[in-house]
Order: sequence, then C-alpha cells, then structure tokens
Amino acid sequence: MLHIFCPHCAEYREEEEFHSKGQAHLARPLDPEACSDAEWGEYLYFRKNPRGIHHELWIHAAGCRKFFNMTRDTVTYEIKETYKIGEKPSVTAQS
Amino acid sequence: MSEVINHNGKIVADQRPADDIAGQSPLHHADLNSLASQGPQTGGVTIQERPLQGLLNLRCNKADKKQVTAVKKLLGVALPCDPLSSASNDDSVIRWLSPDEWLVSVDGAKAFELEAAFQANMPGHYSLVNVSGGYTILEISGDHAVDVIKKSAPIDVHQSSFPNDKVVSTVFAKSGAIIRRIAEDHFELIIRRSFADYLWIWLQDASREYGLVVKR
Ligand SMILES: [Zn+2]
Repeated sequence: MLHIFCPHCAEYREEEEFHSKGQAHLARPLDPEACSDAEWGEYLYFRKNPRGIHHELWIHAAGCRKFFNMTRDTVTYEIKETYKIGEKPSVTAQS
Repeated sequence: MSEVINHNGKIVADQRPADDIAGQSPLHHADLNSLASQGPQTGGVTIQERPLQGLLNLRCNKADKKQVTAVKKLLGVALPCDPLSSASNDDSVIRWLSPDEWLVSVDGAKAFELEAAFQANMPGHYSLVNVSGGYTILEISGDHAVDVIKKSAPIDVHQSSFPNDKVVSTVFAKSGAIIRRIAEDHFELIIRRSFADYLWIWLQDASREYGLVVKR
C-alpha cells in the first residue's frame, strides 16, 4: 500500500482513497483548430512511460475529491512529493 | 404544503413533503424503534440514527471576505477553513469537505428557512444545495466504538491524529462515509442513503463481538 500525502487535506491517507489519472502537466493546445493531426494525436494519445522520475495526476477520490500532482519513481515506487495543480514539481528527472 | 420562494429569479423549493406525508429514513425498514425498546440495553457499542436531518452542501470562496462574513451571520458559526475541521453551535454543524466545499447540518424542519436566508443574503458566486434526501446520519458511541471504526475505515483514529471535531471523508467498508469525532468514544457517520442498508448490516456484524445497543 502507498501512503499518500493529500496536499488539500494536508495529511497522509491510504492508497485505497485515491485513484491515479495518468501523466500530469498535459497542456491542451491553445488553438486545436491550428494543430496538425500529428500534434493533436500526440496530445490526445501519446504518453510518457519513463523509467525513474515521473509526474502523475491523482485524485483523492474518497476524500476531498480534488486532483493533485505527484512525483513518483517508477522503479522504486517511492513518492518524492505531492503538489497542487498549478504548482511546479521540485523534484524532476534533471535535478 | 411545500413552499417555493422566488427571490429575484433565484428559486428555492421546500423539499420536505406536505405535512400529511410522513418522511421516512432510508433505515425505516430496519425498525430501529423496536430494536431500541426490545434489544439489549447494555453493550460495548451504541448506534443511534439521526434521521431526516437537514443537510446542505455549500460551495463558496473562503478567500472572499464578504462571503465568509455572510456565512457567519447566517449560521452563527464561522466557516471552518482549516482542512478536516468542523465548527458547531446548538443549531448547526458545519464540516469542511474540501477547500471550497462544506456540509452543513441543521434540524430537518429548518433547512428550507436557511436555504431561503442564503438566497436573500449570501453575496457573490456560490452554491447551496439541499442534499438531505441523499444521506442519513448514524452516531456510534461506547467503549468499543473506536474498534468498529478501525475495522471499517483505513484511517488513524488515535486521538493524537483524530481529535474531537475533526472530519474526514473516507472509505467505510465497501462504501464511503463522512466521519466526525464528537468525543473520544463518540463518532458521527454521514452515509449515502443508497448504502444505508448495507452499512447498517455491516455495522451490526462489526459490533456483534462487543455487544450492540440500538438507541432511539
Ligand atoms: Zn484530500
């Protein structure tokens, strides 16, 4: 079981209260009409699958029902941090 | 008769049925009255339903001073803005659900009055929805109340991390509940009406080893 810190509830809760919603920081193209099929397809369907540091979107489904982001190591499952939508991660693959 | 108020185009309808129709809790069929009078009178866990309470879901902006002031005037209690906190007076309890959402409970007969007062006095962009019909409230108390919660929910119920007046929304059995600690051995569960029967059966089973007392 993962022990996850919800940045809205400001405390750790058990994994079963949460759902993972995939890759974080997906920016929707500002003008979809101006996208090429490749750009739009990239946005809609293509996701990273890194070995190591990954940024994910999660929801505290049984708790406050708010979304937040998580930086997680896909090799060790270690959760490096959780942070609110709109905030930047402090741990990245480069750092 | 149920009433409808139209305040500058904002409509509030009294959701209670007419006076000659008795409201029924989702645990009506469990006949808790008979269990209370005929069942055991002592035991480690006491369960008491608080049926037909008025529950209002409030969404507003805690950074908006005018709204915060208006809520305090309307409810007589300050909006609890800290995560997982609650505030109460003799008439109402207001529970933090998320950073922009609160659950207010009042006497069932007072909900419509309060909704109308909000429509007339609450400034800015907000939402107040009467969700009374979607839930019922159970109170669990006694020496082993905490053990029943431990069996049912993946939360830390030690006083150091779950003090009195704290509120958590969490998984409860295979359903969910909004749990508030009223006192060290006294908890309030707000549960969905569609899960009320399942949770009532679950709670009877979970309480069996401690001895269950039903109170009315
Ligand atoms: Zn949360």
